[in-house]
Amino acid sequence: MSTEHSQGRLSTLRAAMIVARRDFSAILFSRSFFFFLLGPLFPVIVGVAAGSVGHKVESTTMRTAIGVAMSPSDTSAMIAADRLLSPKTGSATPEMVAVQALQSGVTDPAALLKEQRGNVAAIISGTPNHPVLTGTPGQINAWQAPISLIAAQAAGKGPQTFPEVALAPIASSNAADRQGRMHTAQSAQMLLFLLTMLLAGMVLSNLVEEKANKIIEVLAAAIPMDAVFYGKLFAMLGISFVGISVWGTVYGGYALATGHTLGEFAAPAIGWPSYIGLGIVYFAMAYLLLGSVFLTIGSMATTVREVQTLSMPVSMSQLVVFFFATFATAMPGSTMSFIAEAIPFSSPFAMLSRGAQEASLMPHLIALGWQAAWVALFVNMGASLFRRRVMKSGPQGRKVKKARLQPA
Amino acid sequence: MNMETGNWQAAASASAPAEPESRPLAIEARGLVKSFDGFTAVDGVDLTVPEGAIYGVLGPNGAGKTTTLRMLLGIIDPDEGYRRILGCERPHDVAHRIGYLPEERGLYPAMKTYEAIAYIGALRGLPLAEGKRRGKLMLEEHGLGYAIDRQIRQLSKGMAQQVQLLATLVHEPRLVVFDEPFSGLDALNQGKLEKMIRGLAERGTTVIFSTHVIAHAERLCDSVAIIAGGKVPFAGPVDVARDRIAAQVRLETRVGDGLWRAALPADARCERKANGSSFWYFPLPETGIEPLLRALIEGEAGILSLSIERAGLHDAFVAIAGEAAARALELSPEEQGR
Repeated sequence: MSTEHSQGRLSTLRAAMIVARRDFSAILFSRSFFFFLLGPLFPVIVGVAAGSVGHKVESTTMRTAIGVAMSPSDTSAMIAADRLLSPKTGSATPEMVAVQALQSGVTDPAALLKEQRGNVAAIISGTPNHPVLTGTPGQINAWQAPISLIAAQAAGKGPQTFPEVALAPIASSNAADRQGRMHTAQSAQMLLFLLTMLLAGMVLSNLVEEKANKIIEVLAAAIPMDAVFYGKLFAMLGISFVGISVWGTVYGGYALATGHTLGEFAAPAIGWPSYIGLGIVYFAMAYLLLGSVFLTIGSMATTVREVQTLSMPVSMSQLVVFFFATFATAMPGSTMSFIAEAIPFSSPFAMLSRGAQEASLMPHLIALGWQAAWVALFVNMGASLFRRRVMKSGPQGRKVKKARLQPA
Repeated sequence: MNMETGNWQAAASASAPAEPESRPLAIEARGLVKSFDGFTAVDGVDLTVPEGAIYGVLGPNGAGKTTTLRMLLGIIDPDEGYRRILGCERPHDVAHRIGYLPEERGLYPAMKTYEAIAYIGALRGLPLAEGKRRGKLMLEEHGLGYAIDRQIRQLSKGMAQQVQLLATLVHEPRLVVFDEPFSGLDALNQGKLEKMIRGLAERGTTVIFSTHVIAHAERLCDSVAIIAGGKVPFAGPVDVARDRIAAQVRLETRVGDGLWRAALPADARCERKANGSSFWYFPLPETGIEPLLRALIEGEAGILSLSIERAGLHDAFVAIAGEAAARALELSPEEQGR
């Protein structure tokens, strides 16, 4: 065999890319990647199903009504007036239904309300000229004005025409802007969090598989452990970008088909293109930060059960970090917000929120450098921990020590 | 008469590779120490392996062989001590010139055989395309051509081991480190591996391997390090290890007694045979065999046979590492675990 091919020491980056390339293609062409792509579908299906069931339950059991306990003619007049005015009043009052007050002999509206089964929330009694609304204070206060209008209509005193009110909306007010951007920031944070958790967990199983294949020692002997860790992180990052592209395309198709656009969200302060770019970079950083910690855990664990046990506190902590970042989002410019931006794990979430609310790009460059430094530190620590704690050759040593202590 | 006479020590030295001391060192380690959770797995190991040598690290399971090799390769760092591999203090800097077959073999099950070889070559700096080309060629040369397109998971354990062995060598390393390379191989493949190791050394490649099987070390190695309890009580040429035990003389005489008996060492053991002859066993005297021979001839002892048997590596191991380590050496890892 010839030796003419250039063969030299691999840099950490080159070594990492060799590992990344293998892992990337191995995962991409595996069955598990298909299920990975389907992953986000399950929460959507569950959400849609739960929403549909909830809606049905709500529509059948939670629809409230106002019972009309007047003379039959007044009752009919009230119900007719309600139907006439409901296109104008909208959801200001629930539907009116007749209750058989006179026939049952019960004249006290409170007793009548207690006797009602179903969804009657209040009783209107008396006459259209002198209506009496009986119910809980919160509800009757809210319904007082529309009931008055309906009663006036029933008594023949209502207006004969309803002039159209012309609407003159303005794009937004300062308050609306701020609120809209906060909504955009929180939505982006939630998306970032879900993606990060979904993907960082996959690094774990990847490394456990590596250990099961017993190839880790071959890798550790050939290239620095840091390069192995970076390779695995890059591979999963690549996989996650493939996944995001697929999900993005599917969602984009759905949005186009249903007429949804980004315009439904308030435009972030730095504009959509920069914001999307930042979102991708912060996703990468959030993933690398969490992934490097998970990788360290995965490298030290020997079984899937151990991985689950060890990773649970990290997942829970990440949840806390996410809530903290969300909480800090509501206080832009505060000390709390600065702390969230400085803590490495919450930094990508907090900075993404900042991107929605502030136009300056410089803080993002600083934050990205800061986060990258922490990734390097975590990978280095993980690799060092791996070398110190994992690569020992088994429990025999202890037995030999015991044997040596025995008299010859 | 079966007799190895003369200065056999000198002869042994002559048969060893030419003056190993004069060759540059492939491995130099001094005072390596490694502890895990308070237990000292390796305790002050010194090793010097000249380039082109076949070097054995011999010891029972748990003696510290694997930890020592891992420290030499930079998989783990020593707590104390110094190592220089192929002239470099950072083993990963010369990883492209090293091949390593770990004791726990492992390849990616979904990879094809030649891809697995190429991948491990790539980790050692060999371009992937060249690795694939060489991988196919090596598989053909070693009778595994029919398995080129098979996935690792489709191979038997022995075949997968052979593929990993080829992967260890695909980048033509200058130093090859094998950790228990014979374990799990049948006799036929053990023979093939021995041949391969000799072939590597003939081409100037340094081979260092760990083993708990003395016969492999004795057949293959120029030098050995005997390791027990994390320490290396002996490191040097195999012949020097054997020299720790005096050669045994086996003498058969027709006559059982005479003045010549005064020339025999005091601790000579005698066995009388039915035909009247006597067998004498004793260590070779420091003065050599000639004075004894003269006394036997002049005393008319009637020499029927005389042989000088050099001590085997096993005897040397017992003498150097102790009976307990020798017993552990003979036990399988499972038995040691009990």
